Amino acid sequence: MIPGAFDYHSPRSLDEALSLLKQHAGDAKILAGGQSLIPAMRFRLAMPAILIDINRLNDLRYVEERGDHLAIGAMTREHSLEDSSIVKSSYPLLHDTAVVIADPLVRNQATVGGNIAHADPANDHPATMLAYNATVVAKGPKGERTIAIDDFFTGLFENAMADDEILTEIRIPKPAAKSGGAYTKLERKVGDYAISAAAVQVRLDGDKVAEARIGLTNVSAVPMRAKGAEAELVGKSISDVVVEAAGKAAAAECDPSPDLRGGVDYKRDITRVMVKRSIQRAVARAKGGK
Amino acid sequence: MSEHEVTLTINGEKVTRSVEARTLLVHFIREDLSLTGTHIGCDTTSCGACTVLICGKPIKSCTMFAVQADGAEIETIESLAAGGELHPLQEGFWEKHGLQCGYCTPGMIMSAKGFLAENPNPTEDEIRHGISGNLCRCTGYNKIVEAIQFAAEKLEAANAGGE
Repeated sequence: MIPGAFDYHSPRSLDEALSLLKQHAGDAKILAGGQSLIPAMRFRLAMPAILIDINRLNDLRYVEERGDHLAIGAMTREHSLEDSSIVKSSYPLLHDTAVVIADPLVRNQATVGGNIAHADPANDHPATMLAYNATVVAKGPKGERTIAIDDFFTGLFENAMADDEILTEIRIPKPAAKSGGAYTKLERKVGDYAISAAAVQVRLDGDKVAEARIGLTNVSAVPMRAKGAEAELVGKSISDVVVEAAGKAAAAECDPSPDLRGGVDYKRDITRVMVKRSIQRAVARAKGGK
Repeated sequence: MSEHEVTLTINGEKVTRSVEARTLLVHFIREDLSLTGTHIGCDTTSCGACTVLICGKPIKSCTMFAVQADGAEIETIESLAAGGELHPLQEGFWEKHGLQCGYCTPGMIMSAKGFLAENPNPTEDEIRHGISGNLCRCTGYNKIVEAIQFAAEKLEAANAGGE
């Protein structure tokens, strides 16, 4: 399948990319890793008149702690997250996620920024970044601004950025002491989207859960937090009863669509199980386990 | 519509061609450069039959535009049997019956080559994880895993001998 014709630009700097985007706002799409956009173009689900390829912007590739957060450059390949020692040692939820995104070949090309900017509820990073309470950095003609992840996803494939802005960085707050996270995903086969998946990040205070954030993958039209499930955890000591209540709350508040991966009831129940497993792993990690 | 001149190195040879922006890398490799060892399987970024190495990393050449490869170094399956001698991976697939119909084999081998360069001494699990972007509908994968293990051992032995 051949994509529709388009004009192609390959800027060598972010400023050049921004000026091209401003010039062609409304007609242009940013090409990051292309692992969602190019298949969509082959099916002619997307037919942008102009592509601005930002793969030459090597300045946007980094994963490093800066001050109170982990900074991830938007053009960081997914594979670099898998390999990053800081991600492995201090961001287990992110590492869990990085190793189950699509497949290893796709991860060599796909980018973290593209995964998030695409705002596909079936993608894995949105749930993870919601659980981490991440911040998105967008740059446009008027300069740079930050967008809280809770405000970023505005619709199916829609985000809070303007037509002339480019996502440049994702910031994950450094986890406090006694924090832990986990991502659990059920997929039919490697490379498929999740039937359901749950990202959980918790902080313990003594025996009790002080903070909990839970993001869900592919069970809603817009990437969502399971706030009901979070409320079941906060202030409580973890027990089988509490974890089950959180799982049930997530199953009730998600809004899956029936498709080849299963019906609504099935997806709700899988969501319950994914949430429970992620909570158990997140809590174990917060207590110093693997 | 835009035409672009691209210059890239493929299997050690520098080539310059004019391409339409929408030309996928796999079509460029097969049709413009007549290197038909790289296959097109699913056309949906699922199967990995079109896997080639770009600057050493295995990627799906159906999910990249040829114009993006300007300046890149590309390796395809045709680069492996240098001087007519099978590469250890090709020998492994031969010796361990790593293929039946053979359609996935070029992609599977290029994927394995990229993976072994990063992880020369993999466990069986790591091999299975490493080739999980490549589909095979014949073998059930066991023989492919054995073929890659064969190649890993042979490559390691050659490296040890060369020290």
